[in-house]
Parts: sequence; structure tokens; C-alpha cells
Amino acid sequence: MNGAADIIIAFLILLGGGFALIGSWGLVRLPSLMTRLHGPTKATTLGVGGVLVASMIYFPVYHRQYTAHELLITLFLFISAPITANMIAKAHLHRQGMGIDPNPADDIQEGLPESEIWATFRVKQGEDDDRQGVPPAGPPAG
Amino acid sequence: MTVPEIAPTLSPLLNVAITAGYVLIGLAILLNVWRLFAGPTRGDRILALDTMVINAIALIVLFGIKEGSTMYFESALLFAMVGFVGTVAYAKFLLRGDIVE
Repeated sequence: MNGAADIIIAFLILLGGGFALIGSWGLVRLPSLMTRLHGPTKATTLGVGGVLVASMIYFPVYHRQYTAHELLITLFLFISAPITANMIAKAHLHRQGMGIDPNPADDIQEGLPESEIWATFRVKQGEDDDRQGVPPAGPPAG
Repeated sequence: MTVPEIAPTLSPLLNVAITAGYVLIGLAILLNVWRLFAGPTRGDRILALDTMVINAIALIVLFGIKEGSTMYFESALLFAMVGFVGTVAYAKFLLRGDIVE
């Protein structure tokens, strides 16, 4: 009875599944973590978005009920995906910079930036712990 | 609580599409499992777990469409939140060696 809606829902489900599969395939195929981050953060999130939009069309058409849950899930996923990607990339950079768990395919340079914008890197040797809120010693003021 | 109404029978097109969606997302989860076990660095494993959670959300939503019940959205929402918090906790643990400082 709902021919057009059926076609749209089926298309969106297939599109979402295809994008999810492409994202996971990229997770397997790409050479290093920094490139692997691209697959899940973009393609897989878009795939879930496709399935959720299909659900948003399905329930009003078939059940005459509309809930905001799909919209909530979509918003949450689309907001949280870049944050998780950023945190994973930062942890990975930190470990590479400390010489832990190296992966040559990442091609991260030996020397990490000396500046103090890296909140998590040790600025100087010997400064063991910067968690106490003590700023690292800057140039002498005068 | 409203009494769950009997789901209308899905059209053959939707049945085929949902089954194909199951297969596609299941393959995606299998690929993530491979990366989870093979990933050379810790970050790869965390990323594989995060992607598995996202794929599981898609699977739950597809199951909800198949069953015709909106009850599965709550579980999908919970999965999204717990997955996000878990990934952030893992990354923070790698970063600082501690979670709650």
C-alpha cells in the first residue's frame, strides 16, 4: 500500500548498510591509524544516519507514531564521533611521541613539537609530572 | 504502558532490504573484529571497539524496524552514550594513565 515509502525506506537501509560496510572496510584496509580514523568517523556515522532516517520514515508511515528518539540518536552520534576521533588521535600521538607502541606506517617524525601547546607531552626531560597545575618554566621575565 | 500493537506485515521489498542490511552490517562488524584482534597499536583496538558500537546501534535500529517496536530506540540511545563514554575513558587512560584525576 505504501509503495513509494517502501522504496525510499529500502533505499535508505541499503545505503546505510553499504556506508557502514565501506567504513569498516576502510578500517581494515588503510595503512595507519591516522588514515584509519577516516573510515569510522565519516562513512560509518553516515551509514548509521541512513538507517536512522529510514526508521524516521518507517514509523510515521506504518505505525502512525512519531518519536524523537531517532533524532536524538543521530544528533548524539554526529556530535560524539569527532570528539572520539580527536581523543583517539591525541592518545595515539602521545604514545608515538613517548616511543611506546610504535607503528612505522604512521610516519610520525622522531621529534615531536617542542612547543607547549601539546598539553599532554612532557615539555622537558625530568619534569616528570605536570598534573599539579604548575606551568612549565618559561623564559625568564626580564 | 500502551499495549504493543501487532506489527503490520512488512512488504517483501522491505523484508529483503532489512535482511540485506543485516548482512551488510554483520560483515562490517566482522571486519571490525578482525581489526580489534589484529590492530598493531592500542589506538587501533579502541577505534575498532568504537566502530563496533556504532555498527551495533545500526543493527538494533534495523531490528526495531523489523519488529515494528519503538522500544529498541532506548537501547540504541543507551548504547550510543555508553560507547562514547567508554571510548573517551579508554583514550584518556592511554593519554594520562588514569581516568579520574
